[in-house]
Amino acid sequence: MFAANFEYLRATSLAEAHRLLAANPGAKLLAGGHSLVPLLKLRLAAPPAVIDIGPITELRGIAGQGDSLRIGALTTHAAVAASAEVRTSAAALAEAAAGVGDPAVRNRGTIGGNIAHADPASDLPTVLVALDAAVVAVGPKGERTIPAAEFFTGIMTTALRDNEIVAAVVVPMSKRGVGSAYVKFAHPASRYAVVGAAARVAVNKGTCAEVQVAVGGLVPHARRASAVERALTGQPAEAASFQAAAARVREDLGGDVNGDVFASAEYRAAMAPVYVKRALAAAAARAGLT
Amino acid sequence: MSVAATAPAPARVFGSGIRRREDPRLLTGTALYTADFTLPGQAYAAILRSPHAHARIRTIDTARAKAAPGVVAVFTGADSDGVLKPIPCAWLIPNSNLKTAPYRPMATDTVRFVGDAVAVVVADSDHQAYDALELIDVDYAPLPAVVDPQKAAEAGAPHLHEEAPGNIAFHWTVAGGDIDAAFTSADVVVRDRIVQQRLIPTAMEPRGALAQYVPATGELTLWNTTQNPHIVRFIMSVVTGVPEDRLRVIAPEVGGGFGSKIPQIQGDFITVFCAMQLGRPVKWVETRSENYVSTTHGRDHVQEVELAATTDGRILGVRATVWAGMGGYLSTAAPGIPTILHGLMLSGPYQIPAIKEDVYGVYTTTTPVEAYRGAGRPEATYMLERLVDLLADEIKADPVEVRRRNLIPPFENGHAVATGLTYDSGDYQGALDTALAQIGYDNLRTEQAAARAKGRYIGIGVSMYVEICGLGPSQVAGAVGFQGGLWESAIVRFHPSGKVHVFVGISPHGQGEETTFAQVVADELGVAVTDVKVVHGDTENTPMGWGTYGSRATAVGGAALAIATRKIKEKARLLTSHLLEAAVEDIDYADGKFFVRGSPDKAKTIQDIALMANVAWNLPQGMEAGLEASSFYDPPNFTYPFGTHIAVVEVDPETGHVELKRYVAVDDCGRQINPTIVEGQVHGGVVQGIGQALWEQAVYDQNGQLLTGSLIDYAIPRADLLPDIDVRSTVTPSPHHPLGVKGIGEAGTIASTAAVYNAVIDALEPFTVRSIQMPLTPERVWRAITAGKGA
Ligand SMILES: Cc1cc2nc3c(=O)[nH]c(=O)nc-3n(C[C@H](O)[C@H](O)[C@H](O)COP(=O)(O)OP(=O)(O)OC[C@H]3O[C@@H](n4cnc5c(N)ncnc54)[C@H](O)[C@@H]3O)c2cc1C
Repeated sequence: MFAANFEYLRATSLAEAHRLLAANPGAKLLAGGHSLVPLLKLRLAAPPAVIDIGPITELRGIAGQGDSLRIGALTTHAAVAASAEVRTSAAALAEAAAGVGDPAVRNRGTIGGNIAHADPASDLPTVLVALDAAVVAVGPKGERTIPAAEFFTGIMTTALRDNEIVAAVVVPMSKRGVGSAYVKFAHPASRYAVVGAAARVAVNKGTCAEVQVAVGGLVPHARRASAVERALTGQPAEAASFQAAAARVREDLGGDVNGDVFASAEYRAAMAPVYVKRALAAAAARAGLT
Repeated sequence: MSVAATAPAPARVFGSGIRRREDPRLLTGTALYTADFTLPGQAYAAILRSPHAHARIRTIDTARAKAAPGVVAVFTGADSDGVLKPIPCAWLIPNSNLKTAPYRPMATDTVRFVGDAVAVVVADSDHQAYDALELIDVDYAPLPAVVDPQKAAEAGAPHLHEEAPGNIAFHWTVAGGDIDAAFTSADVVVRDRIVQQRLIPTAMEPRGALAQYVPATGELTLWNTTQNPHIVRFIMSVVTGVPEDRLRVIAPEVGGGFGSKIPQIQGDFITVFCAMQLGRPVKWVETRSENYVSTTHGRDHVQEVELAATTDGRILGVRATVWAGMGGYLSTAAPGIPTILHGLMLSGPYQIPAIKEDVYGVYTTTTPVEAYRGAGRPEATYMLERLVDLLADEIKADPVEVRRRNLIPPFENGHAVATGLTYDSGDYQGALDTALAQIGYDNLRTEQAAARAKGRYIGIGVSMYVEICGLGPSQVAGAVGFQGGLWESAIVRFHPSGKVHVFVGISPHGQGEETTFAQVVADELGVAVTDVKVVHGDTENTPMGWGTYGSRATAVGGAALAIATRKIKEKARLLTSHLLEAAVEDIDYADGKFFVRGSPDKAKTIQDIALMANVAWNLPQGMEAGLEASSFYDPPNFTYPFGTHIAVVEVDPETGHVELKRYVAVDDCGRQINPTIVEGQVHGGVVQGIGQALWEQAVYDQNGQLLTGSLIDYAIPRADLLPDIDVRSTVTPSPHHPLGVKGIGEAGTIASTAAVYNAVIDALEPFTVRSIQMPLTPERVWRAITAGKGA
């Protein structure tokens, strides 16, 4: 557990971070360090330089922005989980953040690092994809906004360019009558998602008016479950329709399900409908409460 | 036995749950472990380990590494061979055709597990050592691997050692009673194939060593994270040739061991070798990933078991064949674990007329296997408790009722079982009844039926055990091939001011004997607990001892301490009689005072006596000065703790998740010196056993690569997945122990795996599930349910 030598650099502003990135080809950004540092210690990554973006205060904090919440990239999982705004208007995200790893991980790990790392078993990508969130990426020449569903492109790969930094994620707030939930099958060792399902459901007079669902953990990157969404939209908000719609997730998974020594692909695929069903039920129940 | 109490008994320090004096330093992070020590001029060692499970080493090129910045030296097996002797196996089971193969501190021509040491870099800093490690080029010719002990014993399996044809390290048999008759006359026979999966002990502190060799004096000092520093000194002396009197071993704070710090492993010898070659202190501390392949593993049995019984559920016989994986080499105590500590325990708490077991110790291309909390006994308890449940299922009887029919009735002094052991004392029925009452067994069965009707699957699992600990009579140790004694020693020394130093040969590393041993002295002599300091862990200032493992520290070391303390008491009585000019027969002792019978005001405290003995102004003729005593205690028999654990689980039929809802542990470890510490030991033990049932497994692929090589994949128990553990006890003193104690370190682990497993199988009864491989991962449980639904 000894990293290879690297240069340690600190950036106090986004501009400085960009300058350091340009001057140090192959450098890695360091946020909470809870994905990068293990890679360094195991020598699975050996960048010539590490640029600590921790001091960039503009990347921290949660603020309202129109109908959305803007969550700075350096906001920790613990801060997301504890935020009253997130809990009321994006309950699924608070729930996912509260279930990441253990307290040490949640107190250091950041939302920006989590999505930039794009581990297929991460929790936050699934929620962000379900909630139609967007990622604000800042390059040397300005910023662009990438929909979460387009941000994640493969196992540990994203649409982020080498010279871009995640500045924030923007999450649409749930309105009255809308509820969201995230349920996961946690790996007993790491707590990463073996299967994760996020849902946002708008309930109108007992009917599922709008349905957004995503699954993660068992596929190369979080993805929308559109077959489920279609099947549930317009159906009564009740157990039988959740179950029937959730069963359609198999169509969304296709042949992409991964497996390992702990849980085979076949098993994970069989669990997806169960977790989608539970996420739908929990989201709909919350919709009824708001 | 019972005495009518008129007034409340005075609070005794023996038996009170005072706080552990170890905790403040442990909890505030001020305790010092091996890795915390730094010596002037210290260099660091990093060990290159084989990435192959089995390979021939063609060449090793260290030139680039030697030239790297900060590198002091690079050594390979070619350098150490001939300087260091092979690592000895120290439990040579007789009548077993034991084949030991050379276990070199660094491999020379062949590597036999992923993690086998191949070379070492010593550098000025740890980072430089690890950097240079990447510059060593080893050319390996891979050989086929074999990881499953049963498969390794089959004809044509990849072969590890010339010395061990067919990979068989030993074949040991235990037999008692007429086993053939038992099976021919049986109405019912139940069978199972059990895989006791391989576990990784995962002590919080990984292994490490710091060695200092002074060429001018020929003295070697070794800081080592070990459970038994005196054995380390002995074995280190054998391997390095440094005489024992020039060798000092210090076990500073040791962060858990669970058996994995009994053996001396390659890294210990490599560190010492480097320090001796270089004349410079060298430190080596495992990384966690290294720990997972280089420190010993536990369990790894394949068991084919069968039980013969009558239709009314009386057990007639138990027969088993076990393939016990030993790993690539025989670790220090490895052969004794699946044999003496396992095979001899196959009667459990039951009257079983005939028992036969064949145990094959098998070399496999895996990390060596050693003791792991319970060491052999969990594998025996599990086997029996499964068989009894299968029998209950077969004859459609309640599993508790079947147990009752077979229990050994209460006994106070000796009960012989078919494996040849004589248990010391037991009241198995008592422990069972206590546990059943505590959990509310009959109600639970009603609740279970009601829940099932609603599609909820609750299961109740019972596990009864007897274990063997307090190892043990040295004569028996010799007879079973243990290459050492198993007695313990203690020195009790009173200073003039009445403060006490206790020096012991055992080596606690989390169990709390600094507290409990002080309680024993305080209780016997009336000094304050805080006036007694317990010293352990340094061979230079403690008497010889064989270490802390097998729940023996209190059972054996505590007895030595009690006897030494009583010698002090005798001397104090003599000196009091002299000073008070009374006959020694007239001197009584109570509450810290020696007094003339009938005249309690004519008295001396132990502190008075300590002063008078130390100044020695007025001693009776022939009495030596000082107030100190030592004792060497060799137990006349083992001790046999026992108990009953009951687990309640609920299984989610959709996902296969097991939720542990309740857990009751009733353990009988004889008299309890400190019930809080007993409770803590039960908690930790129970949790580790639950880990085996539900979460932990070391998985190798077919090429011998460890797939669960870090804590990201290897699931140790987490507090948030556990219910409160309701700890109860019964007290049946050991008849032969001076304090009546038996040992509690491993009981929890021995009982809990089977309790949880049986509960899960019980929950799945509607799906006619009989057996699932451990750990009971959601997928395995779900598959069993799915298969059961289809049936
Ligand atoms: C024991 C353990 C358990 C865990 N369990 C879970 C779990 O259950 N669920 C889960 O979702 N995650 C889990 N994680 C991962 C955790 O959430 C990490 O915190 C997260 O993945 C990375 O965030 P970080 O701030 O630590 O990023 P770092 O480790 O600092 O960085 C990770 C990567 O992202 C890049 N990066 C960081 N910030 C930015 C940025 N602003 N812009 C562009 N690139 C950036 C870095 O260069 C690096 O490549 C676990 C981690 C550990 C160690």
